[in-house]
Amino acid sequence: MDRAHHRLRSPWPWAAILVGCVIGWGQGQRAHADAGVVAGTAAAESILNEHRLPLAAWIVGIGAATTIFVWRARRGRPPTIRRIAALEAVDEAIGRATEMGRPVLFIPGIQDMDNIQTVAGVTMLGRVAKTAAEYDAAVEAPVCRSLVMEAAREAVQASCLAAGRADAYQPDRIHYVTDEQFGYVAYVGGKMMREKPAACFYMGCFFAESLIFSENGNSIGAIQIAGTAESSQLPFFVAACDYTLIGEEFFAASAYLSGEPDQLGTLQAQDSGKVAVMSFIVIGAVVATAGVLMPSAAWLGELGALLRKAMGG
Amino acid sequence: MVLTRLIPLWIAIVSGVAILVSAFIRPMESWGENFTDTFNVIAAIASVLGAGSLLKANLAKVSRRDAGWGFALVVLGTFLITLVVGLGKIGVHPSHDFPQADFGGKQESADTPFGWIYEFAMVPLTSTMFALLAFYVASAAFRAFRAKNLEASLLLGTAFVILLGRTFAGVVLTGWLPDWASGLRLENLSVYVMQVFNTAGNRAIIIGIALGVAATSLRILLGVDRSWLGGGER
Repeated sequence: MDRAHHRLRSPWPWAAILVGCVIGWGQGQRAHADAGVVAGTAAAESILNEHRLPLAAWIVGIGAATTIFVWRARRGRPPTIRRIAALEAVDEAIGRATEMGRPVLFIPGIQDMDNIQTVAGVTMLGRVAKTAAEYDAAVEAPVCRSLVMEAAREAVQASCLAAGRADAYQPDRIHYVTDEQFGYVAYVGGKMMREKPAACFYMGCFFAESLIFSENGNSIGAIQIAGTAESSQLPFFVAACDYTLIGEEFFAASAYLSGEPDQLGTLQAQDSGKVAVMSFIVIGAVVATAGVLMPSAAWLGELGALLRKAMGG
Repeated sequence: MVLTRLIPLWIAIVSGVAILVSAFIRPMESWGENFTDTFNVIAAIASVLGAGSLLKANLAKVSRRDAGWGFALVVLGTFLITLVVGLGKIGVHPSHDFPQADFGGKQESADTPFGWIYEFAMVPLTSTMFALLAFYVASAAFRAFRAKNLEASLLLGTAFVILLGRTFAGVVLTGWLPDWASGLRLENLSVYVMQVFNTAGNRAIIIGIALGVAATSLRILLGVDRSWLGGGER
């Protein structure tokens, strides 16, 4: 285990990514040249998608920042992370469920494992399951995708082992219900009403069912902690749940709870990206305003257009 | 360890990088679609696991006479009926292209048993569940819009403007305002709030989400965060 982890912490993933990019680039160039020959035209058109170059630059920038901050964290300079109330409340919610002798309900959203929110939700499930195993509380996780069920079982099993409570892992508590959105809603709603879980976690991608879940949870008096990146569903969670992880907080949750310097370093990279975006917005607003006040200064218009392009506009 | 942790991690890294690169290099644009198709095939195979889990969980509930075991019985019955009718293509008409094949037609059309189940059982049931949302919105709004403090009062006032501005009542109430004060008409005020304040707040959240997605993806691609594989602890 340690050897595998050591290898993964080494530069090999980076090397693999670099080799993948080089091979992909080479294959792409060859395919493009072939296409040019077939079509009887020179491969004058760039194989790069120029419209997406600003986005590529942002990704490279965030990647570089991630590397730097992870490296700094590994050298004993981990960042200070502000307190997130919703994550501080996780232990409290599970503790309450333990005291009341009721289960903890975890919903990892309604999308499949190809959605990054579901991945973040399953990660959070692992953290919740570890605490629940330590406290001897039961975690129920009905899911609406078969692959999510398998991933969730793996995460919970590993968490129970990490907590030294291998016996706490019961695969039947993580079960598939249906892919159908409102069929799933009906099942979870009925389960809430019958079993009255003391704590409910909603972490993942949600749509219309967000309010139905959280209002049901509210009616049975459960502590509710939600997290999603669906901005249209955030108001419903904020209105009905005790704590809500809003957007980026949801993605930061796993790193925050792990406390590992590597993962905390990535949060710092995320924040540096935010600072860069804010700087661009402020500069763009100043340039646009100055352009209106000084219509004769053509360079302001060109600078504004350049900034818009840099932001992917 | 190798089968359950290392190989899945490398599959994730390689496919993630390929999809990322394919977004920027024209000749590789189809790679992303190929990986998505592969995912769909894997998800389709995994649905057998889901069906097995559904049967196991509900059979256990019925045999133990757990709370709500009657519902489990209904789930089992409807699941098996739909499965048999769907896979067996019961009552499906021959296709126009292949009239000699008895089961060549599509089973989704409403005049087949499978289509009937979907049209007259599934759709009304899901519509009923969706309709419940109206009542939940009312109860959530009642709790959220209590003027407990200054912030809640501001929220209440804004909600009042938006709700009235989006209905004809807003036009009736403030339609008398002269043209020079038309910006204060509720319908215009609600548009202003939505386009300026709401858009600004929403974009801030969306930018944060985009950066969060990028950071999380990099954590997974670099193997820094492996808890989704069940191997989060170092």
